[in-house]
Amino acid sequence: MAHGPAKGFTRWLYTTNHKDIGSMYLWFSFAMFLLGGVFALVIRAELFEPGLQIVEPEFFNQMTTMHGLVMVFGAVMPAFVGLANWMIPMMVGAPDMALPRMNNWSFWILPFAFLIMVSTLFMEGGGPNFGWTFYAPLSTTYAPPSVTFFIFAVHIMGASSIMGAINIIATIFNMRAPGMTLMKMPLFVWTWLITAYLLIAVMPVLAGVVTMMLMDIHFGTSFFDAAGGGDPVLFQHVFWFFGHPEVYIMILPAFGIVSAIIPTFARKPLFGYSSMVYATASIAFLSFIVWAHHMFTVGMPIAGELFFMYATMLIAVPTGVKVFNWVTTMFRGSMTFETPMLFSIAFVILFTIGGFSGLMLAIAPADFQYHDTYFVVAHFHYVLVPGAIFSITAGVYYWLPKWCGNMYNETMGKTQFWLAFVGLNVTFFPMHFVGLAGMQRRVPDYNQFFADFNMISSCGAFLFGAAQIMLLYNVIATIRGGKKATAEVWDNPEGLEWTVASPAPYHTFATPPEVK
Amino acid sequence: MVNIINRLIAWLSIPALWLSLLLSSNQALAEGGRSTLNMPEGVTPVSIDVYGLHMEMFWWCVGIGVVVFSVMFYSMIVHRKANGAKAANFHESTSLEIVWTVVPIIILVAMAWPATTSLIKLYDTSESDVDIVITGYQWYWKYEYLDEEVSFFSRLSTPQEQIRNQAPKGEHYLLEVDEPLVIPVNKKVRFLVTSNDVIHAWWVPDLAVKRDAIPGYINESWARVERPGTYRGVCAELCGKDHGFMPVVVKAVPEDEYTAWLADRREQAEKIKALTSKTFTLDELMVQGEQVYAKACLACHGANGEGGVGKAIAGSPIATGDIAAHLDIVINGSKVNPAMAAYKETLSEVDTAAVLTYQRNAFGNNTGDVVQPIDILNFKQGK
Amino acid sequence: MKTAGQKNSTPVICAKLGITVVMMFVFAIFIMPPLYDLFCDVTGLNGKTGDALSKDKANSFGVDTSRTIKVQFLATNNENMPWEFGPKITSVAVHPGEPTVINYMATNTTASDMVAQAIPSVVPFKAANYFHKTECFCFNNQPLAAGETTDLGLSFIVDIDIPKHIKTITLSYTLFDITETAKATGVTKLEADKGLSSTKRLSAPSFLSTLAALN
Repeated sequence: MAHGPAKGFTRWLYTTNHKDIGSMYLWFSFAMFLLGGVFALVIRAELFEPGLQIVEPEFFNQMTTMHGLVMVFGAVMPAFVGLANWMIPMMVGAPDMALPRMNNWSFWILPFAFLIMVSTLFMEGGGPNFGWTFYAPLSTTYAPPSVTFFIFAVHIMGASSIMGAINIIATIFNMRAPGMTLMKMPLFVWTWLITAYLLIAVMPVLAGVVTMMLMDIHFGTSFFDAAGGGDPVLFQHVFWFFGHPEVYIMILPAFGIVSAIIPTFARKPLFGYSSMVYATASIAFLSFIVWAHHMFTVGMPIAGELFFMYATMLIAVPTGVKVFNWVTTMFRGSMTFETPMLFSIAFVILFTIGGFSGLMLAIAPADFQYHDTYFVVAHFHYVLVPGAIFSITAGVYYWLPKWCGNMYNETMGKTQFWLAFVGLNVTFFPMHFVGLAGMQRRVPDYNQFFADFNMISSCGAFLFGAAQIMLLYNVIATIRGGKKATAEVWDNPEGLEWTVASPAPYHTFATPPEVK
Repeated sequence: MVNIINRLIAWLSIPALWLSLLLSSNQALAEGGRSTLNMPEGVTPVSIDVYGLHMEMFWWCVGIGVVVFSVMFYSMIVHRKANGAKAANFHESTSLEIVWTVVPIIILVAMAWPATTSLIKLYDTSESDVDIVITGYQWYWKYEYLDEEVSFFSRLSTPQEQIRNQAPKGEHYLLEVDEPLVIPVNKKVRFLVTSNDVIHAWWVPDLAVKRDAIPGYINESWARVERPGTYRGVCAELCGKDHGFMPVVVKAVPEDEYTAWLADRREQAEKIKALTSKTFTLDELMVQGEQVYAKACLACHGANGEGGVGKAIAGSPIATGDIAAHLDIVINGSKVNPAMAAYKETLSEVDTAAVLTYQRNAFGNNTGDVVQPIDILNFKQGK
Repeated sequence: MKTAGQKNSTPVICAKLGITVVMMFVFAIFIMPPLYDLFCDVTGLNGKTGDALSKDKANSFGVDTSRTIKVQFLATNNENMPWEFGPKITSVAVHPGEPTVINYMATNTTASDMVAQAIPSVVPFKAANYFHKTECFCFNNQPLAAGETTDLGLSFIVDIDIPKHIKTITLSYTLFDITETAKATGVTKLEADKGLSSTKRLSAPSFLSTLAALN
């Protein structure tokens, strides 16, 4: 078992090693993050001032759509799968993932999915222009011809996610070291286990909804076409039945990462471990019964509106428990503020603010004003950028010394944090204002009334983008050299991953460790 | 040094942002004007309700935020290693965890109560005084007054030059239409919302009315506007290329003015009918046609008929060939390309005749053909 | 390798999860749409109207003359539907339980034969369950030859149990051009005249036969 990695390109093409595959996932997701970021900057550049300057409305719509799709399916989800690949076997004391060959497959089909998806931009009629939520009939009867390729790409992504999820569940159930009971697992493993179940439950629904679209477009069925006895609103119900759990797929692993980092730098055990597990599970459960809060204006009977409003408000309870637990973990700790901790603290603060606006959006009568405005854009960016992106960045800084054996440059890390933090708030906070004042989503142009805040937003977006280049530079510099990291890296951190050398050997835990 | 700056930014940024929202809400209340920072209070009982609910939720969030973040920042300042803090070792407390599960539930009930009553009010569409059918089109609206025999289309009236930055932008840039919806004040107006093609959403913030317009289905909402004035809104649901260019303008007027306006609309409709039987000269049709072209065709076919999203009109086989085929595509839309919409309903006979004549004689298409309104009428009636 | 808490072998876990995936996919395509329809029937969501009633049942209602309900009729042409289409009267006042007949009118103004389908929708949603159509042109495809005009009959009855607060019911028809799909699915004018069912939403068997036909 002691042989090292193969050399050259075939190492990566044929690898079944969880660390190699994890690294590929992370690099791929970073590439997609930059691509999605470029799309976002095109959007922000056009919105820098009123009037049409840079792109045509048609192309603008393709940019908003592709930005959403690439960020959700290309950046955030693969990044979490990459972290899971790297860390879960090491955290549970397993030599590798349970299904290493499927692991290789689930990664390598992803680049093709995105190649297909991005290539639609160069097709006649342009790429998907109907928003990442692709509501019918805009995405069926009125879609550009490239929609078929979009559907195909979504199918491949879905297959990749499902394979990844199966692998993670099998690893967690079957590969744990002796003594590693479920309630001893690190929270990152727990949150990923629950996320994997969410993926298994809803990715097939996404596959189903795009299949129905495909049938409507090419085979004369009428799932979503009123003319044939179908219903466009059905699309929204099926989509959000997938879509809402999907939102939690992008945030639950983040809870796990932050729950690992905060105790390390507060030098105090995580407060309320078991309530964290139960809160995660209740959030996952609630995610299946709140989907129609995305559709308050669609015309539902009042009983339906009330049900979905109450259910959505309930989510605040387990989410609140989590925030209180993190804060209490910090309370009476002995805190230091290294880069991962800074990102984690920012996560707690900004995610809470995103949660507040989420609570406001849950109030159905008020949602009639908020719905489809920039207030919603501000809300989900406050949840997703600090939620997913900051936690992934925190995780990368936290585990990078373990991965490559070198310490990253702390000053640069902190500077990058402050750039990203300021950039994020400058970009997304004013969106609350323009949204409340009446600016709707997904428009390339607006009245001068909204001009000031849009200009501020655009400036912030470029700052945020620049911060990511700095992250890239810092990571590459750390991989190529730097101060050697110890096995523990941090001050007495908890977890099996810190018991192996830094950098982690190509094969770890060939003989399972003993967990007490 | 870096640390001090970092700490300063941390201290200042978040509270400053929240504070600005607080100040803005007060300012809006004081002046009663339109705030760039907050939701308008609006001019209907429902919108005032919704605004109150919004502010109540906001203050709840601020309150909870202050408590949570205070504890957090307190620990971050006092319990730091640099200050010699020693870590405690506690990691659970059942009573504490029960408290912070139960207290939020109580707060949520306090929030849900007024929200429920507002929603019931918002849903009560019974006993309306005026019924208006709103139909969304790509990318404009049609308003139809039930039982009044008045119906018209309402399109963006902002000139292309302003959008293309070739002219200074007007005050109501992108929020102005050729024909606003006129409603009486202090009357319950019921909106019946549907769509002709994709899903749109009819939204006027001051009325707190936002309803999806769904093809094949009908939705309803209502408003009782208490203050005369002009209220502007937009299409809120992504509906394709010009989603950002289909505003809503509602003019609320006293009842007598409203009745007079209705009578005037009917009279105008009669006049247009009379014009349909009139014979126009080529020049008259060209002048009128240029205006209609700018409104209806230019966005896709280009200012000089050079094409764009749509096919070129200059030298096109349709615009220089058989008149009947040209009439068919303009009136009924293209059979193969859904982007070429049918203008049967949206252009009057006179406008259709004018724009056809214009297309057949402008851009170097000098066919010399003159199409009269009566030809359009005959064509529409299948003669 | 023996590890802690191992209950099932990896292939068993994979098989279970794989089956779950397939079941969820089937659920999305074959269960959710009918479930949604059922939900709409129960709640009146999107104004799908109450069950069609037989005439005998309708007559057994009795009439509640103490109440009058205004029924409004709307007509919308979906995009590229060039027909003239509208109700002959815009509204009627009816008593609950009183059978009523009204007519819509349609003219095919084009030079070619076409097939249309009218889709009904009722607001308020609450009223939908209490609005019964005994005869409706919307049950069938509607073919019209070039230039042809026809009356489209609608008989309905408002349920005597309709809640007191509902005083107005609005019935809207949207007319869709389904000439192409009617041709594609082989619905000729003759068949359509016989009242072939208009609903083409897939049922599982027809989905399989469509797939078989494709192969």
